[in-house]
Amino acid sequence: MNHTILKVENLSKQYRLGLVGTGTLSHDLNRFWHKIRGKEDPYLQVGAINDRSSAASSEYVWALKGINFEVQRGEILGIIGKNGAGKSTLLKMLSRVTSPTTGSIKTRGRIASLLEVGTGMHPELTGRENIFLNGAILGMTKAEILGKIDEIVDFSGCQMYIDTPVKRYSSGMRVRLGFAVAAFLEPDILVVDEVLAVGDAEFQKKAIGKMQDISQSGDRTVLVVSHNMGTIQQLCSKCVLLEHGAVSYIGNTAKAIDKYLAVGKIEKESSYLIDYFKHQKDDVFNLNALTVNQVNANHNMYYSDKSIDVYYEFEILKEAIGLRIGFDLLDMKSGVTLWRSYHDDQALEMELIPKGKHSINMRIPSNLLKLGSYGLKPLVGIHNNRWIVNDDKFVFYFDIENTKGVDAIYTGGRPGVIMPAMDWGSISNIN
Amino acid sequence: MVDKMKDDEDWLYEIKPKGKLIDLNLREIWRYKDLLVLFVKRDIVTVYKQTVLGPLWYLIQPLFTSVVFTLVFNTFANIDTGAVPPFLFNLAGVTLWNYFKECLSTSSTTFTANAGLFGKVYFPRFIVPASKVISGLFKYGIQMLIFVIFYAYFVFYKDAHIAPSYLVWLFPFCVINMALLGLGFGMILSSLTTKYRDLTILVSFGINLLMYLSAVMYPLSEAKIKSPAYAWIIEANPLAQTIELYRNVLLGADHIAFGGFITSFLISLIAFFVGLVVFNHTEKTFIDTV
Repeated sequence: MNHTILKVENLSKQYRLGLVGTGTLSHDLNRFWHKIRGKEDPYLQVGAINDRSSAASSEYVWALKGINFEVQRGEILGIIGKNGAGKSTLLKMLSRVTSPTTGSIKTRGRIASLLEVGTGMHPELTGRENIFLNGAILGMTKAEILGKIDEIVDFSGCQMYIDTPVKRYSSGMRVRLGFAVAAFLEPDILVVDEVLAVGDAEFQKKAIGKMQDISQSGDRTVLVVSHNMGTIQQLCSKCVLLEHGAVSYIGNTAKAIDKYLAVGKIEKESSYLIDYFKHQKDDVFNLNALTVNQVNANHNMYYSDKSIDVYYEFEILKEAIGLRIGFDLLDMKSGVTLWRSYHDDQALEMELIPKGKHSINMRIPSNLLKLGSYGLKPLVGIHNNRWIVNDDKFVFYFDIENTKGVDAIYTGGRPGVIMPAMDWGSISNIN
Repeated sequence: MVDKMKDDEDWLYEIKPKGKLIDLNLREIWRYKDLLVLFVKRDIVTVYKQTVLGPLWYLIQPLFTSVVFTLVFNTFANIDTGAVPPFLFNLAGVTLWNYFKECLSTSSTTFTANAGLFGKVYFPRFIVPASKVISGLFKYGIQMLIFVIFYAYFVFYKDAHIAPSYLVWLFPFCVINMALLGLGFGMILSSLTTKYRDLTILVSFGINLLMYLSAVMYPLSEAKIKSPAYAWIIEANPLAQTIELYRNVLLGADHIAFGGFITSFLISLIAFFVGLVVFNHTEKTFIDTV
């Protein structure tokens, strides 16, 4: 019995940048001309590497270039990487939605892909009819579905509505129904894309539990793509880290996650953040500068026993009632927002910031954050009206190191999301 | 037991760049036969949901078309249909033409209309146009029923002197021919529209013009009598040949010519295979260009 169930060899995918227009026909003809003369495709030799932030140097881009990895039977492999690193392209090729430009994927099992929950459901059909339709689209036979229909209905929690057209379902119910079908899919290799990030908390728990059951059964192989490091850590034994369309690391999950987070940190000085300040065009508020700092800090590595200063510099172009400046603090490993804070959190009435340039400082107290990786996502908005600054990519990343803070003399982790210093008295003798 | 297989030999399948000319995996399509059945069922069931008349619409449309055609072409324009009542003549043509139109127009939008689905999950793409052809056949069947009813009405109540030809067993071949033609050209068009959207526009008005050149509302003989110089345009049209034969075998004719139909059938087969090749070629990467 061979244990390698999937082998990806020198896999590459080239895309054309910009519009598909009149140039297409001439390139197609040129390609054809080369082909009938038995020559190689002239456009395969050109192509920039996949880096979103640098300017395009060629009309063609390699979304993925030279990917190699193997997956063993029963393994749960995580695929992680920044936005645009090539994860979705890889998934699309694995699920045969599109073909590679060069290279190949060899498999010893049937692959079923779950890039979306409830694919192909028809709103006019009932829940039960849609279970059959969706199941068949995912590759199940009618007999297979018939054998599991009761379990599927039960798992979805939609028993009451199962004979009602799906168009009358709430969006949550549709997702549940779709996931229930997917959960009972039994391919040799399952490819999943972030579909876990749907549904309510209870259902997510159920879904992750189901994924773990699948992994523990041992004979099914799963490939998961997610941005949620919590899920990846929980599920995967091995990870592939993609960066600019190439594999930058394969191996142990914890190490891959660390590397992934390190990729994020380089972004602190990235062109994206710098561009952000340049390209604001709001008529009420402009953020001119924002810094996250710690006295004597080494790069983006902060100590838990010292406070962190966040400094905002901004200009008010038009006075607005309810303008609030703040941030979300994100725990990068779990993706959870630890808290949100605004500059006027303790004000008793709304105050108006006058026109002109201003600055404000905010301090995250010492001995509060645990060792880990964090992101500070600046937020500016007008209450009950609109967001001015709220961008998932506009995030300042930093790490917290614990050398002199709480619990520093003991090694090892402890439970809890944060680790604040409490006001302990000293131990006194009461004899 | 020692596994004697070499590492590179026992792969179930391989995902590669575009390769062979014809890559139609029949075994795989067979494995997805349940999906084909479900797609057919979906197409039939959902079209007229939440309509009052429901499947009656399948009948109303050809009936009204035939009434109008009879009024315009036979009453106003004096087209001679021989012993055959003009209404029945038109109904036969319209029913078969509708089936072709359904096959062509639904399969020509396969890629563009299903881009969302095709972008998310793999199944043999051929299932989609195939399901359209089969669900179209169902509609055709219902319309055929009403044709038979009118046939009986004209024979028994109006004393029309018509009877099916002894070659009536040929009519299913006409239907198959229409399916192959519609599917073949539909697949070619659907592949081309993924890159060149101009064709969608061409198809939508072209199909209406094509009807007038396909001998739907006049017999081929009329075209020859009225304009011997241009009748070849109609004669060269495989659709016209098929409709002509279909009508002749069902409604009876003095003499039935096969030559045109056999050529037409060959054209259909070629169109179908060319369609398959182009379709297979496109399905692999169309999602990048659509």
